[in-house]
Amino acid sequence: MFFNLPFIVAALLVILGIITMLIKRNLIKMIMGLALVEAGVNLLLVSIGYRAGGIAPIFTSAPDGVMVMPTVQAMTLTNIVIGIATTALLLSFVMVIYRMYGTANAEKVRKLRG
Amino acid sequence: MMQELLLQNLPALLLAVPMLGAFATPLIGKASGGARNLWAVAIMLATLAVAVLLTAQVLSTGTVVYTFGAETPDLTVPADSGGIPIRIIFTVDAMGAFMALAASFVGLGVMLYSFASASRSTGQNGYYALLLLLVVGILGMVCTGDMFNFFVFLEINSLAGAALVASRVDKGVAVEAGLKYAVLSTLGGLLVLFAIALLYGQYGALNIAVIASRMLFTPLDQIALVMLLVALAMKAGAVPMHFWTPDAYSMAPSSITALLVVASQASLYGVFRVVFTLYGLTLEYATIGWIIIILGVLSMFVGVTMAIPQKDVKRLMAYHAVSQTGYMLLGVGVGLAVLGNQQLLDTYGVIAMEGGIFHIINHAMYKGLLFLTAGAIFYRTGTRNLNQLGGLGHSMKWTMVFFIIGALAIAGIPPFNGFASKLMIYESVFLFNPLLAIIAMVVSILTLASFVKVFHSIFMGPRLPEYADVREVPAPMIIGMALLSLLVILFGVFPQEVVDLLITPAAGALIDQGGYIASVLGGA
Repeated sequence: MFFNLPFIVAALLVILGIITMLIKRNLIKMIMGLALVEAGVNLLLVSIGYRAGGIAPIFTSAPDGVMVMPTVQAMTLTNIVIGIATTALLLSFVMVIYRMYGTANAEKVRKLRG
Repeated sequence: MMQELLLQNLPALLLAVPMLGAFATPLIGKASGGARNLWAVAIMLATLAVAVLLTAQVLSTGTVVYTFGAETPDLTVPADSGGIPIRIIFTVDAMGAFMALAASFVGLGVMLYSFASASRSTGQNGYYALLLLLVVGILGMVCTGDMFNFFVFLEINSLAGAALVASRVDKGVAVEAGLKYAVLSTLGGLLVLFAIALLYGQYGALNIAVIASRMLFTPLDQIALVMLLVALAMKAGAVPMHFWTPDAYSMAPSSITALLVVASQASLYGVFRVVFTLYGLTLEYATIGWIIIILGVLSMFVGVTMAIPQKDVKRLMAYHAVSQTGYMLLGVGVGLAVLGNQQLLDTYGVIAMEGGIFHIINHAMYKGLLFLTAGAIFYRTGTRNLNQLGGLGHSMKWTMVFFIIGALAIAGIPPFNGFASKLMIYESVFLFNPLLAIIAMVVSILTLASFVKVFHSIFMGPRLPEYADVREVPAPMIIGMALLSLLVILFGVFPQEVVDLLITPAAGALIDQGGYIASVLGGA
């Protein structure tokens, strides 16, 4: 149970994020929901990469040359960077929408129909 | 020597050339706009040349693997790695090369067209840089042999696409469409990454070939499969996850819409790669095949019925794009449903898949062409509303000819390319299940009806006073459209040659999971 806790929390974060995106009407809060999903995925990645008693892949701290392969950690870092770019782009979209429409409420931002 | 080096590194060059081009574009644009345009088209031409060379290499010598950072590109499994490929590997088989070729060709047409269509807007430096980045995203997705790499290129594709959709702010409406597109594709991307994490947790690898060779189809794999399929089918614009397509396609500049169609098809390629190569025979191919067939039939039917009442010409075309995606899903889905049965596969399964894959490139050509003609009409008249347009046949003759070619091709009328691929789908699907083939034909008739209406309301009728001074569009736009229509006609007149040269190897590559694995891991 305790061993599985990070995975459960990761799944919860993803689900919470998706629920936030569905029920919140403020565009910025929807983007916060997206950020929650991203945090959940990152947590899942890092917990998959955790090895109890593993040695960080730095040559000087691994005397017998046995180290953890940091693939998942590298993936997490990459995803954090991608997440920053995405969030910045989305928030700048919301900024333009607020400037043009005078609101960031998803129910009023609906000029596209059909 | 130089030539050898070039030929050895084609898969890397395919991405390096447009990426270098993208980031250098704003710098050159600072100096002069004309130089930037020349640079952009030179980069696009070079990319197309690399894609052609790469396709030739794949067709003559089989799947090309490229290991980044290794001593030699074909050293996929280093001696000291314990038998697994730890580097990022590009695995370009006939299917990937085919997609790369289609994408870079449409990219070239779009680039030429943009010289005129974007010439009146601000922020052109960013526009061309993002256009090239979108091409990088598409090419990366179809060439990579690494799941995480696939995710990264999916994100490049999404971000560049969303930024381009929103690029013409249009009182905020385009930004609204861009926001919708970006949120959905990011959520889809994160689902893909979640699935990749589940796969990595079980198999300790990211390479598609390695995962495929170890695939056990556990419950976790099934969850991962559902996530991958949902996310990629959404990005491909299949019903019931199609709701972003009309918004994004109609609000993006027309040149970009033509390329977004290809970007969606890169996701469709992702769907095929996942079910055929990653999972292959381990999944319950009959069930998954039927799910894909049902998605395809729904897309065809819902797409075309939603298209008929539309007033906005680009929205209408966007719904038709959803509908045409259904044909590809139908064809390849039929192939998947009979994957385990060699006899049925030989009788009609392979033909159905070839039809579906052939339809991908045909769709990219004629749909791109149609969106470009819609853009040309908007460029001169400033409206996309069918009720306000009329009588343009008098003044925009070239655009009208290109529109007719595109419309007949999408409706599946010979001698245009849509007919060739649709006929393959009809014939083979009829053997599988006659009802599906009949639905596909009815959808084609509805498509024709819808485009006859569009043609009539835009081009026919007397010359309207408000469009008295409308002239033909500038030469670069005509060249861009002519390039695509040329291929539409060529592929329609010589379908057998194209199928033999490109499509049969591509379908074969999708079916041959063992060959894909062997090309990376060695052995038979």
